[in-house]
Amino acid sequence: MDATAMAYLAAGIGSGLVIIGAGLGIGKLAASTMDATGRQPEAAGQARTSMIISAALIEGVTFFALAICIILATKS
Amino acid sequence: MRLDPPFLADTLRHAAEAVSDSVHTAASQAAPAHAEKFEFSHLLEHIRNSSVIDIPGGHLELPHFPPLHIGGLTIDLSISKHVFFMLLSALILILVAVYTARKNRKNLVPTGLGNLMEIFIVFTRDEIALPTMGSAGLRYLPYLLTTFFFILIMNLFGLVPYGATSTSNVSVTAALAFIAFIVIQLAAIRTQGIKHYLAHLTGDQHWMFWPIMIPVEILGLFTKPFALCMRLFANMNGGHIVLLALIGLIFLFRSLIIAPVSVLFSVGISALELFVALLQAYIFTILTALFIGFGLQAEGHEEHAEETH
Repeated sequence: MDATAMAYLAAGIGSGLVIIGAGLGIGKLAASTMDATGRQPEAAGQARTSMIISAALIEGVTFFALAICIILATKS
Repeated sequence: MRLDPPFLADTLRHAAEAVSDSVHTAASQAAPAHAEKFEFSHLLEHIRNSSVIDIPGGHLELPHFPPLHIGGLTIDLSISKHVFFMLLSALILILVAVYTARKNRKNLVPTGLGNLMEIFIVFTRDEIALPTMGSAGLRYLPYLLTTFFFILIMNLFGLVPYGATSTSNVSVTAALAFIAFIVIQLAAIRTQGIKHYLAHLTGDQHWMFWPIMIPVEILGLFTKPFALCMRLFANMNGGHIVLLALIGLIFLFRSLIIAPVSVLFSVGISALELFVALLQAYIFTILTALFIGFGLQAEGHEEHAEETH
């Protein structure tokens, strides 16, 4: 296996790992927001806003990792 | 897609000068895909920046200006596809905003297009500006509204036939994030005063921790707009790549059986993209508001210091 193949492999595995992490994180976030909304329906709007902000922050970190994967995959 | 580090670094460096695209990107645009062998990279040409725009029944060559040389930098200010659609969305935003403002100056309840604008403006004020910045943040409402509408229109242009999403270009998002960075820092300095602003950079810690705290805090200033930039860019690019991949499946499998599936899926993804266009404009705006709000909260630095200890 030459270096380019290794880079492709790393990019693939890396993006998979990234998605696992981000999926777990955002999933937990959504679950707790659902919980909170169920308990206090009147605070649903606030819960949703903070969920979107946190989800966006998690997503941002995910994109950093994905950018590294893209750089690896397009390495010449 | 050509996203190698030098290219990324190059575009990020050029982003400070508003929008410019390297000559190489414009020059290396391949002809439209009519090769016998299907290659995914041909489809990717459609989401990349180029010097031609597609119009019904052909191409339109955009004007090309000779690159400027300022210092060691080569800045190409010629109008490319993304620049064209960015200017177009700015024009639309100006026209719509001025028109609705003129038309609804007298009446308390807006009519027609003014209603739509009012929904977005009141939403931005009540759901974005007030919860994150308080009433002190209303000063920054015009900036937030401009960002919101500008990004929204640019995002939506990617879903219009023959259109292109300017925000899927990292230079555009970097420029937007750069403006956000300046506004965030100026807001913090204006509220706290330069002395407290600098004191805040030390993390309110004992001076022995300063060698660690100051670099970390300064790095923290830059990661926020960098995340803003990458988030918008990656989201807008990602959706289009998914769409292209779904359409590309037809050509990849060379069968008609797969066509209904991928068309159905791409309709679904397009609907999702419509939502994402709105969501990303919202997220960019609310995060900018949040970061401005962090600066405004530190008003009266002493109380803030007591809070953290």
